[in-house]
Amino acid sequence: MTINNDDVIKWLQTYDQVITENKDYLTDLDSIIGDADHGANMHRGFQAVVTKLPGVQDKDIGSIFKTVGMTLLSTVGGAGGPLYSTLFIQAGNRLNGKMELTLSDWAEALEAANNGIIRLGKAAVGDKTMVDALTPAVQTLLDASKDGTSFEEALHLSADAAKKGMESTIPLVARKGRASYLGERSAGHQDPGATSSYLLLKTAADVWTKE
Amino acid sequence: MKKLINKPEDVVLEELQGIEIAHPDLVKIHYDPNFIVRADAPVKGKVALVSGGGSGHEPMHGGFVGKGMLDAACPGAVFTSPTPDQMLEATKAVDGGAGVLHIVKNYTGDVMNFEMAADLAKGEGIDVEAVVVDDDVAVKDSLYTAGRRGVGLTVLMEKIVGAAAEEGRSLKEVADLARKINSQGRSMGMALTSCTVPHAGKPTFDLPEDEMEIGIGIHGEPGRTRMKIKPADEITEMLMMPIIEDLPFKSGDEVLLFVNGMGGTPLIELYIIYRKAVEIAEKHGIKVVRKLIGPYITSLEMAGTSITMLKMDSDLIKLWDAPVKTAGLRWGI
Repeated sequence: MTINNDDVIKWLQTYDQVITENKDYLTDLDSIIGDADHGANMHRGFQAVVTKLPGVQDKDIGSIFKTVGMTLLSTVGGAGGPLYSTLFIQAGNRLNGKMELTLSDWAEALEAANNGIIRLGKAAVGDKTMVDALTPAVQTLLDASKDGTSFEEALHLSADAAKKGMESTIPLVARKGRASYLGERSAGHQDPGATSSYLLLKTAADVWTKE
Repeated sequence: MKKLINKPEDVVLEELQGIEIAHPDLVKIHYDPNFIVRADAPVKGKVALVSGGGSGHEPMHGGFVGKGMLDAACPGAVFTSPTPDQMLEATKAVDGGAGVLHIVKNYTGDVMNFEMAADLAKGEGIDVEAVVVDDDVAVKDSLYTAGRRGVGLTVLMEKIVGAAAEEGRSLKEVADLARKINSQGRSMGMALTSCTVPHAGKPTFDLPEDEMEIGIGIHGEPGRTRMKIKPADEITEMLMMPIIEDLPFKSGDEVLLFVNGMGGTPLIELYIIYRKAVEIAEKHGIKVVRKLIGPYITSLEMAGTSITMLKMDSDLIKLWDAPVKTAGLRWGI
């Protein structure tokens, strides 16, 4: 199986719907340990992304990703804006000129994306951030691309790994972002950024493996 | 949610439209990307000051744009950092050839977005320096947090540094002055009630009728402790002592004392706090030589207060007293 630019567009459009459906949920998570804007910010950003997609749907996948990144940068705000923007721009740089994705392309693109986020946010696994969801998912994809796992199965495995990573943020004490101001009081709550990151990978698995 | 708004998504836009109609003598508004610049920008040969942050803290920052204070302000969505494209365009619009100082409150999003904007502006040949304000003693400053938040001191910095830029000081001098102010000012706040972000539609946190949050941030972020409400004098003591001990302020120091309202607290209560804060300062031999009392850095409709003390010297006093003409602060003109 390979993923073409139509699939990528479908994934982004579906993620916009998923964010719309989960807007209040993400905001609720954020109001417990942050500042109650993650759902609204992601919603604003992906609504803008969806309007840009028709203009780039025939372009290579790298261009689509970079357009998404630049759109998020100017519409999301907060910390989520630069971080999600970096995710798409870094992944896009790896996907320049590609009209189709293989499992190893996807694994390498997400690895670059996660590294970009780690650099910008100065976060590590265990800091209670989106990195906690992305890192195990990236590792799963890299492993799968080496041991002959199918792309379909790898997508589901990476979504499962992201889910576990997201859930692993619940007991953690936040060390980055606004939640860190709470110190010990941030423990016991799931990180909203890890949640939206999980949803991104879950949506890829759902959309790209649907027959 | 009971608010005087039309639609949550139009709050910032309609506020800007109101400012544009109300203060054409002071500011111009640019839309898409959104920013506010002083009416006579760019001022040739003057260092320009650009600040910005989430909306919901009015009059900060847009209300501080004008002669003697900011050259531009970038409003984000409510409680959300503005974006690099806004900051870049604002920076270009106010650059008078002497460079631009970005005044950034220490929040993860604000710092990241301003860093990206500064890089973009430098790429276009503009001399940019950034100063990060982190005066909130309620947050433990350690490797394991995002660091102290920027709160009340931001207002004082924007006024004093604005006067220095107006006087014709260089970008380096203005940036050094801002860093000096950050190093000798401290703040702490408290809340009696939560605030409601318009697009969230419900209070950010639940605070029972008989409780208060000590060490609150300006976005409703929880602080150090939650406890039963106490008389104003005791609350003032709980805010003043961590401030005095942190710097520390010493006997003989001269200070500017700023008692800020969080948005939902009336002036009558702020004067009660001010009265006790001066008494506590004097008891420690600290002389209050300048003051500011009122809602200047707010958190929507949150009830509560914050206290900021800034150690003054003759230069800072002269700059504080210098003329300022903005919608939010105005004297001497």
